[in-house]
Amino acid sequence: MKPARFEYVAVESVAEATEALADSEDARVLAGGQSLVPLMNLRLARPSLLVDVNGVGALSGFEARNGTLRFGAMCRHRFLETDPAVRRQAPIVAETAGLIGHVGIRNRGTLGGSIAHADPVAELPALLVALGGNVVASSTTGERRVPAAELFAGPFMTSLEPAELLTAVEIPAHGEGDGGAFSEFVLRHGDFATAGVAVILHRDGDGACESVRVAGCGLGPTPMDLSAAGEFLLGESALTDGGADELGRRVAAASDPTGDVHGSGEYRRELAAVLAADAVRRAWGRAGSTGGG
Amino acid sequence: MTDVRFSLNGEAAEVDVEPRELLLDTLRDRLSATGAHAACEQGACGACTVLVGGASVRSCLMFTVQVNGAEVRTIEGVGSPGALHPIQQALSTHHGLQCGYCTPGMVLTALEMFEADPHPSRDEIVEWMSGNLCRCTGYINIVGALEALAGTAEAQS
Repeated sequence: MKPARFEYVAVESVAEATEALADSEDARVLAGGQSLVPLMNLRLARPSLLVDVNGVGALSGFEARNGTLRFGAMCRHRFLETDPAVRRQAPIVAETAGLIGHVGIRNRGTLGGSIAHADPVAELPALLVALGGNVVASSTTGERRVPAAELFAGPFMTSLEPAELLTAVEIPAHGEGDGGAFSEFVLRHGDFATAGVAVILHRDGDGACESVRVAGCGLGPTPMDLSAAGEFLLGESALTDGGADELGRRVAAASDPTGDVHGSGEYRRELAAVLAADAVRRAWGRAGSTGGG
Repeated sequence: MTDVRFSLNGEAAEVDVEPRELLLDTLRDRLSATGAHAACEQGACGACTVLVGGASVRSCLMFTVQVNGAEVRTIEGVGSPGALHPIQQALSTHHGLQCGYCTPGMVLTALEMFEADPHPSRDEIVEWMSGNLCRCTGYINIVGALEALAGTAEAQS
């Protein structure tokens, strides 16, 4: 028996979940369990109560509303990767979800779980920052929206309260002229990323760059918003090799990576330059495929 | 203790477990499904892979209480010594196993793969199987076995 003893409650509604969370000192939410259960098996996590939200139907699926895509927190990575509607309406989400772990992991792991876990090397938190999205958090006292910029407080730490349940993730709908790409480096296929960079940009009808957002994982203590590095691209109607490399240099300079067993900080900084250049090339081409240029 | 009922390889199973009991341990210690192999027990290696509702999962990362009402399939429910499943036969023919420790997880992952796509390319096979570690074969013969099976009528059986 590897995990320490805990109480378990399988809830069927958000209200039941938030009540259970409010009543406990150190409850944890059990979503896909692909990060939490390893920590429990190693007894690095010893919650006294697990609130299993796998049976809460309201946390599944996604819908488009007023220019926003709203994903239920229990959307599993495999669903995001393979669902035809997600692939059409949120191609960058599908691409990024497919980078996570292996099929057996993606069959269980969830969007909300990954974001709430806030691993600084995880892909989906960085994507949320790049997209400028927000999460919806519910508690017994109500519901609030937390922008990605205010969500990630440190490694494995968010600004969510212990009694709050992350119920949904909202991102801007993908439209004409939008293009995104997520580039990452992993030592072995399916491993945690050593570093990754997401680039989201929009080109107008003439092909000129109207907005560019950049975020990275494995490049700092939280998913890093590196968008300032891309401002020089605004108004440009062509991306040269020099431009892509310049973005790489600026992203590397703005990164704040530390070293670990998988690579030194300096190595990660060099990766950031290469990955940013690759991501912006791909994002630029995708944005142009519907918008000319 | 919690009463948990589920379908194991098409037959009703019922166990009374603590919430902290992992599906892997229940299968091995209570239900004699010892083909689900314990190795890393933190989700990295894939040796404990079983199918829950047709989807491959790490049974070391699920609590038994979570499969209440679900359909669980383990290697004991795939083929038999006298009548190997086509995936098992292909692994045998192509020398896709040596010690066999990873093989049940490999077979169950391949089952899900062929269910999703009877015609996977070599690259797709590698991507599918990448979550199952093997320390004997070097993978070449495993991929070769599945590649030989891909696109045949047997892959869809």
